[in-house]
Amino acid sequence: METKTRISRRDLLKSTGVMIVGFSFFGTATKVLAQGTGLSVDGMDPTVLDSWLAISKDGTVTVFTGKVELGTGVVTALAQIVAEELDVAFNKVYMDSGDTDTAVDQGVTAAARTIERGGVQLRQASAAARQELLKLASARLDSPVDKLTVTDGVVSVIGSPSKKIAYGDLLGGKRFNVKIVAAGVGWDMKVAPDVPVKNPKDYKVVGQSIPRVDLPGKFTGEFVYSQDTSVPGMLHGRVVRPATSLSAPSSVDESSIKDIPGVVKVVREGSFVGVVAETEWAAIQAARQLKVTWSEPTLKMMSGPDEVFDYLKNTKSFKDNVVVNRGNVDTGLSQAQKKYEATYYWPFQLHGMMGPPCALADVKGDRATIWTGTQGPFRTRDSIAKMLNIPPKNVHLLYREGSGSYGRLESDDVAEDAALMSRSIGRPVRVQWMREDEHAWDPKGPAQVQTIRAGVDAQGNVVAWDFMDRSQPWSESENNPLLASTQLGMKPTGPGFLNGAGGGGQIYTFENQKVLAANIPWVQQGQWPLRTSNLRAPGDLARVFASESTIDEIAADQHVDPVQFRLRYLTSDKRISEILTATANKAGWTARPAPALASSGGKAIGRGVAVANRANTMTAAVAEIEVDKSTGDVTVKKITLGHDCGLIVNPDGLKNQIEGNVLQAVSRALLEEVQFDSTGQKNLDWDSYPVIRFEQVPDVEIVLIDRPDMQPLGGGEPSIVPVTAAIANAIFDATGARLRRVPFTAERVKGAIKT
Amino acid sequence: MARISLKVNGKSRTVDADPNTPLLSVLRDNLSLHGPRFGCGLGQCGACTVLVDGNTMRSCMLPASAAENKNITTLEGLGSVAHPHAIQAAFVEEQAAQCGYCMNGMVMGAKVLLDKNPHPSVAEIKRGLNSYLCRCGTHLRIIRAIQRVASSSVKA
Repeated sequence: METKTRISRRDLLKSTGVMIVGFSFFGTATKVLAQGTGLSVDGMDPTVLDSWLAISKDGTVTVFTGKVELGTGVVTALAQIVAEELDVAFNKVYMDSGDTDTAVDQGVTAAARTIERGGVQLRQASAAARQELLKLASARLDSPVDKLTVTDGVVSVIGSPSKKIAYGDLLGGKRFNVKIVAAGVGWDMKVAPDVPVKNPKDYKVVGQSIPRVDLPGKFTGEFVYSQDTSVPGMLHGRVVRPATSLSAPSSVDESSIKDIPGVVKVVREGSFVGVVAETEWAAIQAARQLKVTWSEPTLKMMSGPDEVFDYLKNTKSFKDNVVVNRGNVDTGLSQAQKKYEATYYWPFQLHGMMGPPCALADVKGDRATIWTGTQGPFRTRDSIAKMLNIPPKNVHLLYREGSGSYGRLESDDVAEDAALMSRSIGRPVRVQWMREDEHAWDPKGPAQVQTIRAGVDAQGNVVAWDFMDRSQPWSESENNPLLASTQLGMKPTGPGFLNGAGGGGQIYTFENQKVLAANIPWVQQGQWPLRTSNLRAPGDLARVFASESTIDEIAADQHVDPVQFRLRYLTSDKRISEILTATANKAGWTARPAPALASSGGKAIGRGVAVANRANTMTAAVAEIEVDKSTGDVTVKKITLGHDCGLIVNPDGLKNQIEGNVLQAVSRALLEEVQFDSTGQKNLDWDSYPVIRFEQVPDVEIVLIDRPDMQPLGGGEPSIVPVTAAIANAIFDATGARLRRVPFTAERVKGAIKT
Repeated sequence: MARISLKVNGKSRTVDADPNTPLLSVLRDNLSLHGPRFGCGLGQCGACTVLVDGNTMRSCMLPASAAENKNITTLEGLGSVAHPHAIQAAFVEEQAAQCGYCMNGMVMGAKVLLDKNPHPSVAEIKRGLNSYLCRCGTHLRIIRAIQRVASSSVKA
């Protein structure tokens, strides 16, 4: 990060072609690019090896990745994968991330796909590079490739260690100039699939808990977030949006802010209103003080969560996603000895970024430069290009990490706001949302309703399972316009992206079984504060809450231990039964049916279990809780979380993710619900939308199953999935009361105990 | 506009700003001290925490003029990557962050907690940091980092 380093590398590499000096969180990365290197509209050409990585004369490896660090540590893990496959030291790898002019578009960083897909892409590209380097070394050392070995970026002849040459010398700072195979797009792209890779038995870097490269500066103030990015001549902007559904301003009284020194402009385009000022404080004051009268919105918000749930239950699906359809559930149910039916409710929840999103835009004529924390650099580049009506290649987006976003910054609204204001004023504008902007206009995790019917035969075997999820899709997805674009008059072009279909009990095998995710349309798509998008493990929390509560209810009714009961039907994949067993053992689980024997005191303790498969990562949770029977207050004492994501790249990084997922899950299960009525959203700060605090944090014990013989799978979100259900089942164990609506507030728990 | 004189991290600094400007804005925008961060502007999350005469203050709520003639310490005043404070070093050892946006408050909160009670119990750490929010869920690592500092410090 020091200028001195930057200049010395510039000098070192001056002779090697066009050189771009860039900043990455790993320090100053130097990009060595020849003129005309396959830069296409969709980023760098993935069939050119040089698009993926460059090796400078000193042996430094620079990786040009479209994947970005969101605070999960994933870019450190990706660097481990590259170092391993190339046989270079970890600290020789620089990750240059999320620059749309130099990176390959590997798709958005989301859905815990970054290691599973992006990591494999980088592994294959690195293997292709290693293969090419060995070919060069073979000629230089006059030895066949199979007689060569590589240690820390130095190739030597086996048996003659003095015959050696370093990667940096082999390339001499030049490009590979080699084509590789790359088919498909984004995270589905298959890169150099036929190039052989290392045997995991020989791994030295992958599998190690290498400390994260980004963390030290985050504890000292030296790390540069999107919120800290600035350029000379920069102005500050703030947005002004209505409290309820979007409408056009019928009047904007600019005289209402004339006493604030430093205000430069009130930006009005379409129904967009923003203020730009010389200082941030002036912009904040102006946004608060500006008198805007909004016209009556054509779309009214609903009267509250209950109306949303009724709407979900009573509105026809536009697309049924049938995940399992085995036997005939109606026949199964009609022949069942006993039936179980229930409806489960999941509310709108916030992503809850601690730092409101922030972007800096510099729009000049038909070109734009954007610095922002988007999860999808190419997606945001394209949406800005569309809004500004300029070609995507004229937008240069440089990723700068923001606050942890859990899916929220796939819809990078603030970058559009900044671009719009910069275009209007012709100078660079930095825009950060205020807390109430983010609470209100965060595209939320959608509300969901699950209905479930199940039946058992005379022996207590489950013979019918009919599961239906009713959810809205993500309004902010695909090519649908974000807020500023919507305010400029752009309309949605599709129904939105489906909110997933995992977790409906398809991990089990029942004789007659149907699992269906119904997609309920919103007429108000994207135009009210209840706009929706992907929130960490989208939809799965609600579906697993319902399905794992139901299986628990049947087990209890049949007087069978809930772990044993599940194992009867977890026959399709041994990894899931193994993670359940390992987790139960670690938690000291002893077999008995639920509920526990009633306690005599004011406090009841209970335990509960749940199991899940998210994107082929298997998880199980055991919750230990205490309920205050007089108040209904639930205290989560401990969560034991078992996790199998195939090959583990960085064990401590994975544990950090699991701990975080568990605590976020406890928060969402006990505390979180967006409240609203027809006049707008009611919880616009942290007091009215509480999230977990230190005194509510349980102990977390983690069980990892490592499978070096498998691909690495995702670890960023699967462990959030089973926790809510485990807590609900523990509340049942403690009290005999079944919770069917999240969050498990004291009032709801107390009400459930009474009935 | 007014001339405001501040003592930040041991140095005297003068800025021209509206006296009601929150101290946070002055530190970040005028003095380029990015340790303290804007999280809510309401004093609810703790991301903007600074020390004023040794006590934690939410700088998003404090007019800069009210901090004149007081000793202000920001995260940068504790240490750097090259020369970290013991608390910062312990946070690195425990890898006690994910996105790190809230870490300013966590480290500053830990500083005052440990200044007042060098060997806090887990319950005391939880109570001491209960008003600092973290969304990534790194609380358990933060607790371990503070315990690490406490156990390595000389018992009074």
